[in-house]
Amino acid sequence: MEHKPFAITLDPASSLANHTGNWRTMRPIYVDHLPPCNQACSAGENIQGWLYEAEEGKYERAWRKIMEDNPFPAIHGRVCYHPCETACNRGQLDEAVSIHAVERFLGDYAIEQGWQIEAGEATGKRVLIIGAGPSGLSAAYHLSRMGHAVTIYEAGPKPGGMMRFGIPQYRLPRNIVDAEISRITAMGVSIHVDRKVDNLEIAIIEGKFDAVFLAIGAHLSKRIDIPGRDTGRIIDALGFLKKMEEKEVPKIGRRVVVYGGGDTAIDAARTAKRLGAEETLLIYRRDREHMPAHDFEVEEALEEGVLTRWLNMIRQIDENRITVEEMILDDKGYPQPTGRIKTLEADTIILAMGQKVDTRFLKDVPGLDISQDGVIQVDDTMMTGRLGVFAGGDMVPAERTVTVATGHGKKAARHIDAYLNGFHYGKPPSKSVAKFDRLNTWYYTDADKSQQPYLDLARRRASFEEVVGGLDAATALLEARRCLSCGNCFECDTCYGICPDNAIIKLGSGKRYEINLDYCKGCGMCAEECPAGAIDMIKEMR
Amino acid sequence: MSYQRVKFYQTGTFTVGNRLLDEADRTVQARMDRTNSLNSGHRACQGCGEALGARYALDAVMRATRNQLVAVNATGCLEVFSSPYPESAWQIPWLHSLFGNAPAVASGVAAALRAKGKTDIRVVAQGGDGATVDIGFGCLSGMFERNDDVLYICYDNEAYMNTGVQRSGSTPARAWTNTTQAVGTEPGNILGVGKNLPRIAMAHGIPYVATASVADLHDLEAKVTKSMSIRGARYIHIHVPCPLGWKSDPAQTIKVARLAVESGLFPLIEAEWGVVTDRTCIRQQIPVEQYLALQGRFKHLFNPRDEPSLASIQAMADGNIHLYNLVPTKPAMES
Amino acid sequence: MKQQVEGSQAVAQAVALCRPEVMACYPISPQTHIVETLSRKVKAGEIGNCQFLNVESEFGALSVLIGASAMGARTYTATTSQGLLFMAEAIYNAAGLGLPIVMTIANRALGAPINIWNDHSDSMAMRDAGWIQLYAEDNQEAVDLHIQAFRLAEELSCPVMVCMDGYILTHAFEAVDLPEQEQVDAYLPLFEPVQLLDPQDPVSIGAMVGPDAFAEVRYLAHHKHLQALEAIPRMSQEFQDMFHRTSGGLLKLYHTDDAETLLLALGSVNGTIKDAVDDLREEGWPVGSIQLCSYRPFPSQALRHVVHNAKRVVVIEKDLAVGQGGMVSSDVKMALRGLPTIVDTVIAGLGGRAISKASVIDTVKAACLEGLEEPHFLDLNWVAINRELTRQAEQRRSGPAPENLLREMGLSGGKTV
Repeated sequence: MEHKPFAITLDPASSLANHTGNWRTMRPIYVDHLPPCNQACSAGENIQGWLYEAEEGKYERAWRKIMEDNPFPAIHGRVCYHPCETACNRGQLDEAVSIHAVERFLGDYAIEQGWQIEAGEATGKRVLIIGAGPSGLSAAYHLSRMGHAVTIYEAGPKPGGMMRFGIPQYRLPRNIVDAEISRITAMGVSIHVDRKVDNLEIAIIEGKFDAVFLAIGAHLSKRIDIPGRDTGRIIDALGFLKKMEEKEVPKIGRRVVVYGGGDTAIDAARTAKRLGAEETLLIYRRDREHMPAHDFEVEEALEEGVLTRWLNMIRQIDENRITVEEMILDDKGYPQPTGRIKTLEADTIILAMGQKVDTRFLKDVPGLDISQDGVIQVDDTMMTGRLGVFAGGDMVPAERTVTVATGHGKKAARHIDAYLNGFHYGKPPSKSVAKFDRLNTWYYTDADKSQQPYLDLARRRASFEEVVGGLDAATALLEARRCLSCGNCFECDTCYGICPDNAIIKLGSGKRYEINLDYCKGCGMCAEECPAGAIDMIKEMR
Repeated sequence: MSYQRVKFYQTGTFTVGNRLLDEADRTVQARMDRTNSLNSGHRACQGCGEALGARYALDAVMRATRNQLVAVNATGCLEVFSSPYPESAWQIPWLHSLFGNAPAVASGVAAALRAKGKTDIRVVAQGGDGATVDIGFGCLSGMFERNDDVLYICYDNEAYMNTGVQRSGSTPARAWTNTTQAVGTEPGNILGVGKNLPRIAMAHGIPYVATASVADLHDLEAKVTKSMSIRGARYIHIHVPCPLGWKSDPAQTIKVARLAVESGLFPLIEAEWGVVTDRTCIRQQIPVEQYLALQGRFKHLFNPRDEPSLASIQAMADGNIHLYNLVPTKPAMES
Repeated sequence: MKQQVEGSQAVAQAVALCRPEVMACYPISPQTHIVETLSRKVKAGEIGNCQFLNVESEFGALSVLIGASAMGARTYTATTSQGLLFMAEAIYNAAGLGLPIVMTIANRALGAPINIWNDHSDSMAMRDAGWIQLYAEDNQEAVDLHIQAFRLAEELSCPVMVCMDGYILTHAFEAVDLPEQEQVDAYLPLFEPVQLLDPQDPVSIGAMVGPDAFAEVRYLAHHKHLQALEAIPRMSQEFQDMFHRTSGGLLKLYHTDDAETLLLALGSVNGTIKDAVDDLREEGWPVGSIQLCSYRPFPSQALRHVVHNAKRVVVIEKDLAVGQGGMVSSDVKMALRGLPTIVDTVIAGLGGRAISKASVIDTVKAACLEGLEEPHFLDLNWVAINRELTRQAEQRRSGPAPENLLREMGLSGGKTV
């Protein structure tokens, strides 16, 4: 209308001329905080990031996001002890997101779909990796993506290391291990099995390698001083588990005693049970609360009929008997003898007292700093005292898990790449962790954790079939959607919707939002309501 | 409730949008092309619940009517902050006449539309609680009983805020206002007074009455949308916190509104032809104290603690919960 | 076609001929017959698609019209007295928003004491609200003014009150020439609003205006009335051309050319006044009279021109500005400022008190011969007043004055205290 009555009639949205942004004393900013799962992940995965993709059913994108950090999603989805889930903020709300189950689904789905990863453009650099365990394979994978030519020398008959020779099949089927390793060899990584390196320096010269990554793991079983130790049928747990990969299964008799309290002890006991031992007895010098083994594994062992004697120490081993002494825990949780002695019958005694590193082949390498138990010291870049030789996995000081080893592989690869290119890899500065109190959990739907199916007990006792099943696609999707996206915008539009001043600009799918500072009055509602805690209020500088 | 909550979609339907939901199941407010019936540049205080509620409601009406909307506004905060010469924040045809006559003005607009056969254009009248429960009540009741084709929306911030926070018929028990000061033997608004306009509206037997909150956008939009599918007099009463008058943190406007709902003090209900047909269940019930403690207007209840008053207010919430079955024990309600 | 018809019926017929689209009404005597008739016509489908709303109050009635008018509808209502005051806020608002609403005022006194009979206190109380106020002398003029009012209102985008004396006109049966529909349609074009609530072209109507522009907005309202001073005679003339009778305009004159004394009044009393003028002229008094048809806008220039040669103007008005005197006479004095003309104020006809020809003649003579006290109250019962004043002076709790007066005047059966 051309002739509107003066002053009493106004044009629509003429208020846009009034920039209310100048009222502001605080301003909102979008931030990305570090989700606790990501912080906890030893393999350095961007868990929140790949769950975000999985939530939308974009499984390939999700899988590829995992693959940026970890070449073994199907394996990790089964055997990782998922510190991410311990850290998961959702645990404080109801139950942690079953991250491992979603990862396993993605890993299995990728195998089913035959998704592959391309090697990077060739750099001409050659890297030798000793050991085809998780750490060595992980390093090989990342170096290959960076374009380096990787050769692995593996002393054993097959690649996989502890993933094949340490973890029983009922926890990690071998076809999964084969599938995830073959994806790496398909990238051009050459793995030489039964290739034990006796002298590293010679191997380097012969192969004209520009750098080396040592990842031989810790395979030597620790020995302990028990009288009569060498009598009777005494075997070490790792050797026992390794034998399971051979054609002829070990003969263990009717009564088996496993001595130790770690995950390997549990693995050995459950394997013995499956081999037909009528009685499998786990003996540990402390109690269940003090076992280093993960409790869910202990629980599964108990379900399967493994018997236990907590607070017992083996004092003597004879032909078919062992003598144990009952212990009591002191104030500090250390076992102290009580003098009460018992005798037990045993056909086989499996010792699971830990492992150490076999470093004999490194004896001529100059500059290496090797500890008494064989652990090799490395610097921040995972380089040993010898220039160009890096080390990782169980042979360096760290927690000995597949996940830590895999993470070492990635970390070492980055530094080896930097070393080969003549620069130093600088880790980007860490973001602050998105703790639970940042979240506005009211917005999240109440949703119970999805449960993975379990093999029935009878078959668990008698076979090596996988105990824990995977989630189906629909359940995996729902589980992914339990993610709270801590500290990271997941485009829920809440800030955009609730701003009383329409001062938030929605940029479109995947592009998040912008604050329109012309109109933002700085009320702080967006920061207060953001479910994920991805908006901070900062003092306005004028 | 007016719509089915979506479970298991990370935030279900609790957030404004949700990329995991079909476009149609997201709110109008999540849309990039939402109409912004009330645009930026208005002069509402920081964290104004009424500015938010008005945009929520009117954008939903715009969607429901395919932008064929005329709005009538009573005098009050909403009118003053949105349309001081020379700038208006409205993007819709909008008419402000007086404090007490918005329902009648809207009746007139509806009558004109009927006379002209333009019934595809719909009319919404809106006002604050003062305009609605007090000064405009006569006109509102008239509009109701004639069953004029008007949706009347009351943005209830529980006092006369535009004039500087004075008591209205919607001011809650014990609340401080400048005319119910926190002094004397009965500090704040006295107990047992005030009126419940949604129930009065229901008593008119009009086709649709609902309450809504800025804390529950999906619920609000569903109710507004439903109301626009009906011809005749309709009434929606929206709870909109006022940081100024409630002495609450502007950042907590939504939170305060949410706790009002979760405590049972502001029940979300729907009624058709005078009969309650549905209610939105409380999701995480909280004691009223949690709600009251966020607001300076109730500060005198806590220092020292005024147990009888707190108990009385809790009893009001419990009464609502009982009356509308807001916390059903069985069968388990969808959360 | 002339017919013998009640004033209210005639006005209702005229309004119906103007094709209103929305009417909102609330009953109050003596307006009821108008709205009753219109209600029947709407229900019978005689006024097209017109909507008739039975509302809850006069405030609601005018508010409905505000909305309807802003939506582009031709709107009408009728009220009086207390009803008009109950509308007061909306009266100012409709004018401020420039909405061309037409409203009949069946003029009636304002309480307390409650009184349903005629005077002009009600419309006078709203005289400065921004509405155009036209006063009808008889029912024919009431009919004609309504037709002109719609045209005037819509051309200027300004609301118009057509004031007709309650009972005296509304309930009087007179011969009235009601026009044909085609004639009205030819005179009154379709309503084309200057602004509209239109989803295709949204505007915000009714902004808050501060000190920076408020005075200008008020001036523009005043300017609209200045335009009306030109439009009112023009439309009256066009009406005359089309309907062949004189109605409306700013002033209507009776023997003014050679008059030394001019009587001036609004509304139906002009019939009595003209009779008085005739009688006085027969006795040789050089008198004439002026009917002030348009009170708002006040036709100062036209009046000044007419009065130019007269010595005296006696304003007979049916209102009282308590504590001051006469509202109309004040306006007349303002219009004649600088001229030597004497202006007398005669307060008459309050609350339905009959104004007799004899009293008018006596008062004119007294004014001319000895002058009048200012203001002069016509036919006041001074005995009753003085007794009541004495009583009030003697005792604090003297009781309610109206009842006391009724007793004094022997009009009530109550016991005299």
